[in-house]
Amino acid sequence: MTMPRSPLPPRHALSTRIWHWVNFACLVFLFMSGLTISNAHPRLYWGEWGFAPADAWLILPEFPGWMTIPGTYNLAEARLWHFLAAWPFALGLAIYLIVALWRGHFRDFVLRRSELRWSIIAADLRQHLKFDFTAHHGRFNLLQKFLYIAVLFIGLPLMIFTGLALSPAMDAAWPWLLDLFGGRQSARSVHFLVAWGLLGFLVLHVLAVLLSGPVGQIRDMITGGRSPAENLT
Amino acid sequence: MIGRRMALGALMTGLLGACSKVAESGPGASLLGAVERWNEATHRLITSRTALAREFDKADISPTFRGNGTTRPDAFDYALQEAAGFANWRLAVTGLVERPLSLSLGQIKALPQRRQITRHDCVEGWSAIGEWTGPQLGPILRLAGLKPQAKFIVFRCADNFGGVPYYESVDLIDAFHPQTIVAHQLNGAPLPVKNGAPLRMRIERQLGYKHAKYVTGIEAVASLAEIGKGKGGYWEDSAGYQWYAGI
Repeated sequence: MTMPRSPLPPRHALSTRIWHWVNFACLVFLFMSGLTISNAHPRLYWGEWGFAPADAWLILPEFPGWMTIPGTYNLAEARLWHFLAAWPFALGLAIYLIVALWRGHFRDFVLRRSELRWSIIAADLRQHLKFDFTAHHGRFNLLQKFLYIAVLFIGLPLMIFTGLALSPAMDAAWPWLLDLFGGRQSARSVHFLVAWGLLGFLVLHVLAVLLSGPVGQIRDMITGGRSPAENLT
Repeated sequence: MIGRRMALGALMTGLLGACSKVAESGPGASLLGAVERWNEATHRLITSRTALAREFDKADISPTFRGNGTTRPDAFDYALQEAAGFANWRLAVTGLVERPLSLSLGQIKALPQRRQITRHDCVEGWSAIGEWTGPQLGPILRLAGLKPQAKFIVFRCADNFGGVPYYESVDLIDAFHPQTIVAHQLNGAPLPVKNGAPLRMRIERQLGYKHAKYVTGIEAVASLAEIGKGKGGYWEDSAGYQWYAGI
């Protein structure tokens, strides 16, 4: 028996789906070209300045060619790939956040006071460690909400603003960028750390998809799928 | 597991191969070139022409100032100049100017001076802070009188890099920017050789390779097509670095 077509929205809005895949492609290019840029000076510092190994808080390894864009060291070209991906990444994130806030897509991420209890958080983590991703309250479970809020509203915007702080022209135009991060070299360190944090999120995200019916999950992120509310009826 | 890793490896190799093909192809190269112009246009749109790079306090100065690129020009003439304390150094102002100039270090030091403690950002990623002293480039160009056709200022240098004398260029916005100075002092002392003695440019809102060292000439031109291989600077011509280095 087929159900009559419901006016309920798809599981993933079209704007979410387009942004999701554009953003994924941008992040791959940004991360890999970023590793080439890291190879140009593999040391991180705090504050405004730093150039010598003695100034560094972290000495980085040289990232191998299979991890970098381009595959053989070329800083000038890596910078162009980085900027080419940075534009759709930054504009895409800005447009997506505005559209999603406007249309109330983030209602599902709102943390309820009743969820913010240690017993609930611990139960949610235990459930995740057993690879059980059923959401008990609303569309997303607690860890999902925490991670999506952290990535959408903290991690991705931080990449844009720390990236801007690396530009000497932007520092002249918007000197508050330097105050926000405590100096250009601090911004560079944060840029590097958050990039790896986002890679960590990607690993968890892909793991969760693989363990929760990857074919249906990926299909829904392409076609939109059916709203869970419709499935319940 | 090995199968998956090999598949990932093949995917990455494919992506990397595709990237270098795109970068070398006509449309790919022009797309990558377009992003540089897009960066510059956006910066010029949102930044005031005279927006100043942050100036720091004496306490912020880094204990040393790294020398990069050429740290000692190998020309015999430079060694002679250094031995003479650069007493015979001249800065030529030529090209599309009404009155070509040849300035001695004494004349350069007699012009009104600007002192600025600024951060130097290398394209590689490091930064250093130093106090620079020297006359602004703007008044020197006004002294020479730019012809209306002049659109760019080219800096000629005494150091050979890869067999050719180093050169760089800026547009008139940066040439007349208040912090664009011909520096002859770093941290209150004559410029060390590794930092460009006796004269170097400060182009404070752009990356380090724009700040030409060992400057012997300032040339006003209408176009960069005839300079070097046409991209406006040594690193631009030899390795594809961006002419606009504000980012």
